[in-house]
Amino acid sequence: MSLNTLWFILVCVLFIGYFFLEGFDYGVGILAPFIGKSDLERRAVIQTIGPVWDANEVWLLTAGGAIFAAFPQWYATMFSGFYLALFLMLVALIARGVAFEFRSKDERKHWRSLFDWLIFFGSAVPALLWGVAIANIVEGVPIDAHMNYVGGFFNLLNPYAIVGGLATLLVFTLHGAVYLTMKTEGELNERARRAAYSIGWAAAGIAILFVVLSAFRTDMFDKPGLGVWPGVVAVCAGLSLIATRLLLDRHKEGWSFISTGVAILFVVVSVFLTLFPRVMVSSLNPKWDLTVYNAASNPYSLHVMTIVALTALPIVLAYLAWTYWVFRQRTSLKQSMHY
Amino acid sequence: MDALGLARLQFAVTTIYHFLFVPLTIGLALTVAIMETIYVRTKNPAFKTMAQYWGRLFLINFAVGVVTGIIQEFQFGMNWASYSRFVGDVFGAPLAVEALLAFFLESTFIGVWIFGWDRLKPSAHALAIWLVAIGTSVSAFWILTANSFMQEPAGYAVVHGHAEMASFGALLANPQLWVEFPHVLFASVTTAAFFVAGISAYFLLRRQHVDLFRSSMKIALVLGAVATILLAVNGDAQAKHVVQAQPMKMAAAEAVWHTTGGAAGWNIVAGIDQAAGKNTFAIQVPDLLTFLSGTKTFQGIDNLQAKDVQQYGPGNYVPPVATTFWSFRIMVLAGVLMILLAWYGLYLIARRKALEGRRRYLRLLPLAIGLPYVANTFGWIMTEVGRQPWIVYGLQTTAQGVSSTVSTGMVAASLIGFTVIFGLIAVADVYLLLRYAKAGPDGHEPVVDAPLEATAVL
Repeated sequence: MSLNTLWFILVCVLFIGYFFLEGFDYGVGILAPFIGKSDLERRAVIQTIGPVWDANEVWLLTAGGAIFAAFPQWYATMFSGFYLALFLMLVALIARGVAFEFRSKDERKHWRSLFDWLIFFGSAVPALLWGVAIANIVEGVPIDAHMNYVGGFFNLLNPYAIVGGLATLLVFTLHGAVYLTMKTEGELNERARRAAYSIGWAAAGIAILFVVLSAFRTDMFDKPGLGVWPGVVAVCAGLSLIATRLLLDRHKEGWSFISTGVAILFVVVSVFLTLFPRVMVSSLNPKWDLTVYNAASNPYSLHVMTIVALTALPIVLAYLAWTYWVFRQRTSLKQSMHY
Repeated sequence: MDALGLARLQFAVTTIYHFLFVPLTIGLALTVAIMETIYVRTKNPAFKTMAQYWGRLFLINFAVGVVTGIIQEFQFGMNWASYSRFVGDVFGAPLAVEALLAFFLESTFIGVWIFGWDRLKPSAHALAIWLVAIGTSVSAFWILTANSFMQEPAGYAVVHGHAEMASFGALLANPQLWVEFPHVLFASVTTAAFFVAGISAYFLLRRQHVDLFRSSMKIALVLGAVATILLAVNGDAQAKHVVQAQPMKMAAAEAVWHTTGGAAGWNIVAGIDQAAGKNTFAIQVPDLLTFLSGTKTFQGIDNLQAKDVQQYGPGNYVPPVATTFWSFRIMVLAGVLMILLAWYGLYLIARRKALEGRRRYLRLLPLAIGLPYVANTFGWIMTEVGRQPWIVYGLQTTAQGVSSTVSTGMVAASLIGFTVIFGLIAVADVYLLLRYAKAGPDGHEPVVDAPLEATAVL
């Protein structure tokens, strides 16, 4: 396997980590004002992601850094092209991060409800925008011969992309609801369960609609990438979401969390398989696509980065796993709260 | 202003703002780690209270530093796409390594530290804050590796119009990195030292929690005295290096228009007329420039401009001289004041004088919290403005690096958006820092939870 392909896979892995992990904490942020009826309950809901959300966000920063290092042309085209969308996402992430730390540091009601809503929008906006971005990336956007994005902001907001956005929004919300069923007790747990129930079918439905639309709007079902048919993987993602709903019926909370996680993993994998060997699809001319070859750094740079990444990632994964183990208990309303 | 000007302004706003929080994060992580280690070693609960008190202030500051750092990972692509295409091969690598080695470490173990007081044994808990401290410093190392490349490109080759990485070792061995990284580290420790000393002085003046804040003050003054003197020594070495490696920056920083012979004077202040290429007046210390720069013939701006035209073609290679000159002086002045304050405090401690009795000195310290912030900010302005017109010294100009497809309106919109949200965060941050600082060590729960009642926001 060439290093270009390896880095394409590594970027895919980083996005899987990001969407799987921060996906549930976006969901928790979206659900917090609804599942937590009192201030104490909302604190408990936020507490469930307290020790981990910050590290979850690092997957995004690492993915950004990895794209910059391995595929600078991809980095430059995507982030200058999706300028306003990315600006909105950055504002959301900034507001959200500050809100977690600041919300419980003043007891006034308005203060707390302000930061609760910042957490809500700060979680919902990226959850929505990522689906919009994914849809545009697999469908293709106007890119000229010089690798520059030449569309506007509203090009990105076509109906297909909006379905994509709703799909990620609902899937992450479901992922968060299921996470809360694992991490809460008593009435909160019951409410999280009911939320997961009511979102479950909607999330599965819109995700499957997105896959069906993708069959028409993209070449997801036309050819295998890296020897695997991306369409098949996408369908498996839909099936996994249906499984989530069925597992919840049987009170298998851990397994249903894994199945929403697997659905997210399959979505990311199918997107990357559809793209390969492209990283940005030009809707103007296939010759102007950015690929893992024409967008990449030189072999020496990729070689160095490969050594660093393959050494560091296992260590990172080990201590991340240790953290989840240390904080494995359910959150109780009686424990002392930081957030 | 055009898109280029706005993009530059946006970089200045977001990066200066980010760097208001970063040095305190780096320095205070270390300070809290030292305090908690003393607690683990001595089992004296006073040091646990101390670590928790400063830790609370640390976390408020840390949160803003982290979120304003997110922008940095993306704005090279957003506003500086042509730059990213040109140097991404070299410049992207340290950013990716920073995320992998530093961001994961600090963000994971800050969570462990916050939520782990009851779940880990004391030594493991102290280890968590040490890992955070190491993470913040490692982060500084890699981002400064990237920045040093912009100041003094090393380890690259230009192939097909792109800078490609040729030697990772040379990128890391960049001499600029090894003067710049220690400078930032010492500045960070200094920032934390003055932060802790200033707040401790506030409590000592009011004779509240005297034991805790006397001990905090001692730790801060020792750290501050050591760090400020290292900062000065290293700053001198850095200036001497920049005289050789980026002569134009240093010529601007000293407002030297014509190459000097031996025994040149150092401008304390000067009236700078960049259009005429001269100083309208100058107050000088004789011979000092020759001494400080370590060179007999300090190259002047006119000479360097002529050389650059020869090397890079027609153009104006002179940075904004007044900005570079005054930023340098403001930084140095703040540095000198900090050395005096820290060493006077250390002298008091060494002579076993009661700090609480030195009320005039104690009244100065809360004000002195601002000094490192002034020095940090103007130090960076000198470094970055003094590099102009280059974005990568000698390789690409700032004007060439900007995104070609991003419109003026888009940059303006995001600039206004970021500025507004940063302003609001600053207000909330200062409010919380003051509140939690003044609440003192017992005030860790000034927040009383409402009883379980229907206070749903919906």
